[in-house]
Amino acid sequence: MATKAAKSSKSKGATAAKKTATKKTAAKRGRSGPDVASTNRDELLELYREMLLIRRFEEKAGQMYGMGLIGGFCHLYVGQEAVVVGMQAAITEGDTVITSYRDHGHMLATGMEAKGVMAELTGRRGGYSRGKGGSMHMFSQDKGFYGGHGIVGAQVPLGTGLAFAHKYKDEAAVCLTYLGDGAVNQGQVYESFNMAALWKLPVVYVIENNKYGMGTSIERASARTDLYHRGQAYGIPGVQVDGMDVLAVREAGRKAVAHARSGKGPQILEMLTYRYRGHSMSDPAKYRAKEEVQKMRQERDPIERLRGALLDSKVTDEASLKEMDRNVKEIVSEAAEFAQNSPEPDVAELFTDIYAEA
Amino acid sequence: MPIEILMPALSPTMTEGKLAKWLKQTGDAVAAGDTIAEIETDKATMEVEAVDEGVLGKQLVAEGTEGVAVNTPIAVLLEEGEDESALANMNDATPAPAAAAAEAPPAAQAEPQSAPAKSPAAPVAAEPEWDGPTASQSVREALRDAMAEEMRRDPTVFLMGEEVAEYQGAYKISQGLLEEFGAKRVIDTPITEQGFAGIGVGAAFYGLRPIVEFMTFNFAMQAIDQIINSAAKTRYMSGGQISSPIVFRGPNGAAARVAAQHSQCYASWYAHIPGLKVVAPWSAADAKGLLKAAIRDPNPVIFLENEVLYGQSFEVPQSDDWIVPIGKAKVVRPGRDVTIVTFSISVGRALEAAEALAQDGIEAEVIDLRSLRPLDSETVIDSVKRTNRLVTVEEGWPTAGIGAELAALMMEHAFDWLDAPVTRVCGADVPMPYAANLERLALPQVADVVAAAKHVCYAD
Repeated sequence: MATKAAKSSKSKGATAAKKTATKKTAAKRGRSGPDVASTNRDELLELYREMLLIRRFEEKAGQMYGMGLIGGFCHLYVGQEAVVVGMQAAITEGDTVITSYRDHGHMLATGMEAKGVMAELTGRRGGYSRGKGGSMHMFSQDKGFYGGHGIVGAQVPLGTGLAFAHKYKDEAAVCLTYLGDGAVNQGQVYESFNMAALWKLPVVYVIENNKYGMGTSIERASARTDLYHRGQAYGIPGVQVDGMDVLAVREAGRKAVAHARSGKGPQILEMLTYRYRGHSMSDPAKYRAKEEVQKMRQERDPIERLRGALLDSKVTDEASLKEMDRNVKEIVSEAAEFAQNSPEPDVAELFTDIYAEA
Repeated sequence: MPIEILMPALSPTMTEGKLAKWLKQTGDAVAAGDTIAEIETDKATMEVEAVDEGVLGKQLVAEGTEGVAVNTPIAVLLEEGEDESALANMNDATPAPAAAAAEAPPAAQAEPQSAPAKSPAAPVAAEPEWDGPTASQSVREALRDAMAEEMRRDPTVFLMGEEVAEYQGAYKISQGLLEEFGAKRVIDTPITEQGFAGIGVGAAFYGLRPIVEFMTFNFAMQAIDQIINSAAKTRYMSGGQISSPIVFRGPNGAAARVAAQHSQCYASWYAHIPGLKVVAPWSAADAKGLLKAAIRDPNPVIFLENEVLYGQSFEVPQSDDWIVPIGKAKVVRPGRDVTIVTFSISVGRALEAAEALAQDGIEAEVIDLRSLRPLDSETVIDSVKRTNRLVTVEEGWPTAGIGAELAALMMEHAFDWLDAPVTRVCGADVPMPYAANLERLALPQVADVVAAAKHVCYAD
């Protein structure tokens, strides 16, 4: 691959001048690599592994959907893995996470088990919501994951409320509230921005700009297509981030989280990312050219980019990565098996979990 | 002709107030826009501004007088060229402009206001099991006390909404709470119902117990997605992991003369939703006991109040632990001939109707549902099995209303006991009109309830 030459200049201890040169070269080739020099080996491998797990999990989910084992809506996260993995690396225990319905990646990143997530997709007893929530509705208080919400934009006030609760309880915690480029035009997003800024709530709004709200491109839906400044009217700082570079995401995430945690109020991060699959499994994706997707995959793929950087900088070798790939595939296969063998919910479950006992 | 200055109404439901202070004395020149006096109600203070120019001829009501009825003349303004002699002629002359104004009294003076006081069947102590001391309290005070007591008891309880803190509540329900609990727990929000309802639900997910006040439930339609999709459904969707212990409260239904967008009963809307509990009290004792129960409940509770009831007083048990269980109806007047089932403000009308019916020899049993979800069908069915007749009364529209639900329940559970078809008395199937006469026609009146009861007794 021609890009390898560019990558190789990004060795440990690269000077600023070198980096600039690299970026230029990379830009010419339409591809830049994550700056792996500043991160230790274990962390790098873990970031890679998590992205890979999401990728393989989602591919499996797509396959199982095709086999009729998963019903209803199934929104895959393939292509966007760097966003959630990078952001998760920027928070600590006690922080909370909430998102919309393209949520499998978020669950896996927060540490929820692949088995439980996959079994929820198949609507089985072993799922995180015991089969009652499905793809769009899973939660784990243990992992600080608060869903899993199906109404576009509705998770934004909810996440702002989680941040409110953190502050009310005098916790140092921060809430990561994810939303897509489709949700940013919802009114309640701005109601939330206003109150979060007004009350200095510890919330980071992570806008995952994958360029399409279902089948409508951002150009056709938003008067301005840059989204990081959407909090400007409320004095909320915003940053645009290469959401296909897990290290860039983590770096921006750390800064934003520190800002929110210090009591200075909300931050907005616009992650420029891309989803390779349709909006949901039933989406024929006629609204964009195949070449566009192909180009993204070839030039911007977050996993391939990190892989290249890891190899170029000799953080690891092909054999180790292959071994990791095998491990990840095994986890996903086990999850798929569990999800197919776990029984359907007991029929008595129809009428449980509606009310909490007073 | 001297101009009479009338006691103004601060709101459509105000009937009387206190003349707190005179700012213009007899003989003072008054320009349009000058403040003449200050008046007070239990809710608010307001300045009375002059509309016309002249000289204050006479103060008709002394400073500090309480209970001054709306539209009572409080002063006389002399116009240019008039002197005190004009005052002497006033009693003879017809005060045309004042009379014209007085002809359209606020609808708050209509009959429902006085219903509870007049009704002999109004219970003294709300719950039969209470034999401790009681005190007379308005519904407004009872609601405030319920919140204050629960906030003292549980630091995770907080109140948020428009004007709840510094303004002391748009309807003065949160009077004094900011002072006692501070700005951390009594929180003024911007006018963004969907946003703050969602913030409340998110906080509830994390274990806080928010009380979200809607200035009225009409505005909660902006937030209904968060109430239903987020608050009501998340427990189920999460397989029981995440609860929403939150109370959404505020006035519901028609106030008086506020027209279509501010006069709607949402009882059946919310009663439709699994995952929600819905209560709509009438008396102050129930308002207090049910609000305390709602705050302690680990589920989302829709607490439907009524603006016209806020100022009405009832006996309330004196106890910090006065809890009325959600889901339990109450027989507020026993009777053998016909069952009248209703809730909220219509309970007063039903009791008045029962009194009128008694004079014609018909003994009506009046049941206050108090809770609409869960609905205490057992109490209604038991009653209908004795009276064999059911009339339902609600301000809401008939289609898919609470009355429709009760009729269906009777079909399922009391079919063989019915001696007449279940009859619904509902709000007219129209958006609420503004005109006083049309508004009266759109709302269930005592006479409508009497007629319906007589009809099912074949006594009309």
